[in-house]
Amino acid sequence: MLAYVIRRVFQSAIVLLIVGLVAFAMFRFVGDPVDNMLGQERTQADIERLRDRLGLDLPFPVQYWRFLQEAAQGNFGLSYRQGRPVSDILIERAPATLELAAVSGVLALFVGIGLGVFTAIRRRGTAANLIMTVSLIGVSLPTFLIGILLIYLFSVELGWLPSFGRGEVVDLGGWTTGFLTISGLKALILPSITLGLYQMTLIMRLVRTEMLEVLRQDYIRFARARGLRERSVNFRHALKNTLVPVITITGLQLGSIIAFAIITETVFQWPGVGLLFINAIQFVDIPVMAAYLMLISVMFVGINLIVDLLYFAIDPRLRVDRTGGGGK
Amino acid sequence: MKTRTSLLAVALLATTAAGASAETLRWARAGDSLTLDPHAQNEGPTHTLAHQIYEPLIIRDMSGQFQAALATDWAPSPDDPNVWVFNLRQGVKYHDGADFTAEDVVFSINRAKSENSDMKELLTSIVEVRAAGDHTVEIVTDGPNPILSSNLTNLFMMDSGWAEANGAVDVQDIEGGETTFASTNTNGTGPYKLVSREPDVRTVLTQNENYWGAGQFPLAVTEIIYTPIQNAATRVAALLSGEVDFIQDVPVQDLERVASTDGLVVKTAPQNRVIFFGMNQGADDLVNDDVEGANPLADVRVRRAINMAINRDAIKQVVMRGQSQPAGMIAPPFVNGWTAEMDASSMTDVEAAQALMAEAGYEDGFSIQLDCPNDRYINDEAICQATVGMLAQIGITVNLDAKPKAQHFPLITNDQTDFYMLGWGVPTYDSEYIFNFLVHTRGSERGSWNGTGYSNADVDAMIQSLASETDLEARNATIQAIWDHVQDDQLYIPIHHQVLNWGMSDAVGIEVSPEDDPKMKFFTMN
Repeated sequence: MLAYVIRRVFQSAIVLLIVGLVAFAMFRFVGDPVDNMLGQERTQADIERLRDRLGLDLPFPVQYWRFLQEAAQGNFGLSYRQGRPVSDILIERAPATLELAAVSGVLALFVGIGLGVFTAIRRRGTAANLIMTVSLIGVSLPTFLIGILLIYLFSVELGWLPSFGRGEVVDLGGWTTGFLTISGLKALILPSITLGLYQMTLIMRLVRTEMLEVLRQDYIRFARARGLRERSVNFRHALKNTLVPVITITGLQLGSIIAFAIITETVFQWPGVGLLFINAIQFVDIPVMAAYLMLISVMFVGINLIVDLLYFAIDPRLRVDRTGGGGK
Repeated sequence: MKTRTSLLAVALLATTAAGASAETLRWARAGDSLTLDPHAQNEGPTHTLAHQIYEPLIIRDMSGQFQAALATDWAPSPDDPNVWVFNLRQGVKYHDGADFTAEDVVFSINRAKSENSDMKELLTSIVEVRAAGDHTVEIVTDGPNPILSSNLTNLFMMDSGWAEANGAVDVQDIEGGETTFASTNTNGTGPYKLVSREPDVRTVLTQNENYWGAGQFPLAVTEIIYTPIQNAATRVAALLSGEVDFIQDVPVQDLERVASTDGLVVKTAPQNRVIFFGMNQGADDLVNDDVEGANPLADVRVRRAINMAINRDAIKQVVMRGQSQPAGMIAPPFVNGWTAEMDASSMTDVEAAQALMAEAGYEDGFSIQLDCPNDRYINDEAICQATVGMLAQIGITVNLDAKPKAQHFPLITNDQTDFYMLGWGVPTYDSEYIFNFLVHTRGSERGSWNGTGYSNADVDAMIQSLASETDLEARNATIQAIWDHVQDDQLYIPIHHQVLNWGMSDAVGIEVSPEDDPKMKFFTMN
């Protein structure tokens, strides 16, 4: 077990280093930060002085090595755009993204499971078919379009919910939260629906398929034959057995919710790390782009590592197989 | 328990703030200020925010005219043509209560001239700044500089004592990894004081109750909440839903929608920005064309043919939905040296253009690459697409390459493009600024944005003479002579002057300024 963990951690570190190298190789194609950092009146001499001081003319492996040396000491440099330490900016922006991702994830999980169970049980009903059709639209519409549609409906036409920002936030010792104010909670609704819609439909379809599978099993028939109540059969026996793959998928999807919050954050002017990253790309803010990409890859690698370990540790079938115990 | 009480207090404060009177102006635009340090960035949104907090000696009012700010009057010294004398306003106080004096002006101009300042290129002619009494300043230039005042309208005055006490004497050195107090804190003399700021999220300003201009300006806005909203559709939605009162950068396709909504108005004015194409006419051969061993753009007949083939009215109607002013020269109409005759856009005449192409030996046309930004000017990529079709009519096959501005502009400054789009604003309102950057031969001092390879020694000499010519009539005659060269040589292909649109609640009273820089002290509120 320990050897397995060490091997996995080592592999993860290699993946991280390669991601960083690829990122640094790409930065030169994003544009020239010097152009944005100096006004239009700058002279050629200014440009050369700045390029030289930023080390932009160095080959990218050298730039990458410099970044790694600094990053190893916890120093990600100053943002070219804001002139503040990148780590400060990331810490300041992270709560917005994490809260949004958490709400979207919870929403996707509960609504997705609920609708999945519903459409599986009433699979010939009109309502279930309607939900299945609408969910197709949810999967196929691009995120930004859903966001804009929601804004036009709920902000412009109905005037119920804000179209941008986080509302009033409360600062709890460095962590800003929107959970404690009415306007903060209202501001969360549209972005979290936009961000979670895809995952919601994904989970719904997954649960539905699994449920249909399980409902055909013998033990469900026996449970019914024993005269157990319908609710007890559906939720205590059937649903419980569909949840293992759902949880695996949800864990993996949580990473993508955080990473792909970029579009939702841009549409709703949500002040999280995704919006920060978009601004960084437009400005060619290399320190911010580098730190963000490393952070996201650490997160993905970390989640994958944990899922792998969990899979190894908790999947009962694996253990059953290894002990050679009897099957069905 | 204590936390809970403070949370409650915060919540209460939030409710009262939300219920504040109509004098709060909620303002949104696409970009945020990059820094609060007034000398660290020479950039539109950064200056616009700084103008609410800090003040220069002279400002431009909302119509673009000079107006006294921290200086009450200014004139060249009668004794020495190389010296300008500025008399400063008396009794002005900084937000922290310190007095504004000549010493602060000396400090601020020297700070803006320092190596890390982004404003230093506007001040290269200044040799020395000296205080001549508490409220008089003399600025010595390296020769007579008749338009010095135009270079000072975004040059903000800081308190030297405050800067020294807080370690903000030097402009931030980003590449050196420094942070500075002045990039996140302010102490100006301006009409508004900074209350709080989260970069890219929200900036709150409140009125300076000790402002010297009380009674002279409307000062109707008592609180400003400034929120950058990048996505154009969201920005418009925020205005439509009443979450903000005033937005800049209304996308042209949404103007109708905003204007037809009850309680909202759109105001429009020509912007100080002209859009044009540049052509590499200096190279012996172009990289991205199919003509071997020759440069078709070096032939003035080809450049004229391109100019004639472009239908500016069609671009205005179709691409810009009427929101542009076709141009015949690359100077905005407010600029000294602009004339209506030169700016009258040339008639589209495809047949004459074809004849010119044939005369130049390109009756079969040629192919060339057009480099275009796609996130800088209004509908920039669409203008280029329209141009592709128009040039096809005279046999020029254009391959369009549209890129984000961060990749487009280096092509121009590094001589890597044959045919490109560029837009230019003239903060000094004088043609010299255009000539210095776009017409003069590219060198270390001038011509940094001249990607055409154009080099004319006579023109260069005339441009250099502008800097120190004190006889304004003679200077204007030289400006005219340079423009004649630019027009005759068809150095650039002007397209149009951009039009600015501001959308606002009908309670807000303000006219659009050509610099796109709303100064809130001029706003009225009903």
